[in-house]
Amino acid sequence: MALPPPPNPIGSEVRMKKLINDPADVVREELQGIEAAHPDLVKVSYDPHFITRADAPVQGKVALVSGGGSGHEPMHGGFVGMGMLDAACPGEVFTSPTPDQMEAATKAVDGGAGVVHIVKNYTGDVMNFEMAADLCRAEGTEVEAVVVDDDVAVQDSLYTAGRRGVGTTVLMEKIAGAAAEQKRPLKEVADICREVDANGRSMGMALTSCTVPSAGKPTFELGDDEMEIGIGIHGEPGRERMKMKPAADVVEMMATAIVDDIPFSKGDQVLAFVNGMGGTPLIELYVVFNELNKFLSGRGITISRNLIGSYITSLEMAGCSITLLKMDDDFTQLWDAPVKTAGLRWGT
Amino acid sequence: MSRRVAVAYDQVVAWLKVFAATLAENKGYLTELDSAIGDADHGINMDRGFQAVIGKLDSATPGDIGALFKTVGMTLVSKVGGAGGPLYGTLFLQVGVATAGKDRITPEDWSAALAGAVAGVQARGKAEPGDKTMLDALIPARDAFASALADGADLPAALRRSADAAEEGMRATIPLVARKGRASYLGERSAGHQDPGATSSALLIRTVADTWAGDG
Repeated sequence: MALPPPPNPIGSEVRMKKLINDPADVVREELQGIEAAHPDLVKVSYDPHFITRADAPVQGKVALVSGGGSGHEPMHGGFVGMGMLDAACPGEVFTSPTPDQMEAATKAVDGGAGVVHIVKNYTGDVMNFEMAADLCRAEGTEVEAVVVDDDVAVQDSLYTAGRRGVGTTVLMEKIAGAAAEQKRPLKEVADICREVDANGRSMGMALTSCTVPSAGKPTFELGDDEMEIGIGIHGEPGRERMKMKPAADVVEMMATAIVDDIPFSKGDQVLAFVNGMGGTPLIELYVVFNELNKFLSGRGITISRNLIGSYITSLEMAGCSITLLKMDDDFTQLWDAPVKTAGLRWGT
Repeated sequence: MSRRVAVAYDQVVAWLKVFAATLAENKGYLTELDSAIGDADHGINMDRGFQAVIGKLDSATPGDIGALFKTVGMTLVSKVGGAGGPLYGTLFLQVGVATAGKDRITPEDWSAALAGAVAGVQARGKAEPGDKTMLDALIPARDAFASALADGADLPAALRRSADAAEEGMRATIPLVARKGRASYLGERSAGHQDPGATSSALLIRTVADTWAGDG
């Protein structure tokens, strides 16, 4: 029984230009590349798919496990290593990984001090991680799950799946990873994650769509003179489509929504994270950062730390996201602590 | 031309094969629906999951229908990912609970299986009727099947009424504003699109009717 053909059958019109062999092999071949490139940092499992730090399990240290759909590189696999994640579970492109991956990864990195699951608030991710945590606990592994939901673009969270987990995830993985490295106990590491989530807010925007390899055509259409404000990280449309505007106006729109949400106030110190969605060059991200710096100065907010680059991406989408995290002495010390991963590296 | 009163193991296998083929056939269509309000992977994921299910059918021990459904459920949980994996995995696990140890499914068993499937999906996804999800096809399918039996309909007739109700429920998702899943982030903009999960669920119920109601 065939339903009527879709108005635009997949693969019929637009040819996808990607450096891949076969859409079905993208995730596995990426993992093989990571394994070949970073044997000093990570080990890769193929059945099921997960990445662990090379020296896992680290005895007596709380382990951090995250995961999500592929296509957001370097998140999460690029953040596996000393000072950040112990394991990452990559799903198919833009599709949550499965409970068996998470369970196997959790067991592989459990050093006896418990495991924190860092879960971005997407329906699939949350359900799969819940099933995985049930499986792990049933076998005696202590698991604390924390959910990241920092996207201010989602306003009406009473009647939706809630705010999405976006840029704050990267900052949480770094800060909690440092806390775990200092051998802080499970409860404290999980609480630090929750504090990061409570004090971090993000908003994203897109200039172009992106193409999931197995779909073969762009996820949505955006006119040459249009942009989409409040985009998520899966090419899912945002809240509002509008005509292109200068960077100063775009940053003001996004930063206002973020600053008014916590709210951040005069005298606050923040970590400002300007993130590229995958198809936007660094030159534009610095223009955005400059505008953000001016905007925050005007509000009496000081940028005490920054991160600028493409760290949580949406395949080849052009656009950016802004994340602000209110900093205190402990967050600052944890942010500055050494980290050695494929995606972030300093102090070593 | 005897009225079919129960479904045998082989017919369950036959249905799973038909449903897998139907998903493969409609992979592009489901993904197209999902790209309008979700993340453009529903057809791809369901097809991948059911191809894996097909691979497991021959190695299943013939006879125990409940065990077969549990294998299907666990395969979907481990192969599909996204929201569809846990939700369809739970659906089949619950159908497996309702048919545990059985070598035939009576109409009453199938009624219990649909009730269990709905309850399981609801518990896992925490959605309510009208949230623009697969439940909007499954709940009418469950209710129509039960009321058809209560009206004295035979199994083929009840299955067809169930499938019609699922399709009606599927079409009724078009004007709804999504309140669960990724479509909910669109708010009002999710209205005017048919829900991909309700669509795959309507296909599931329709293929049950097509396979089990036969020409009989």
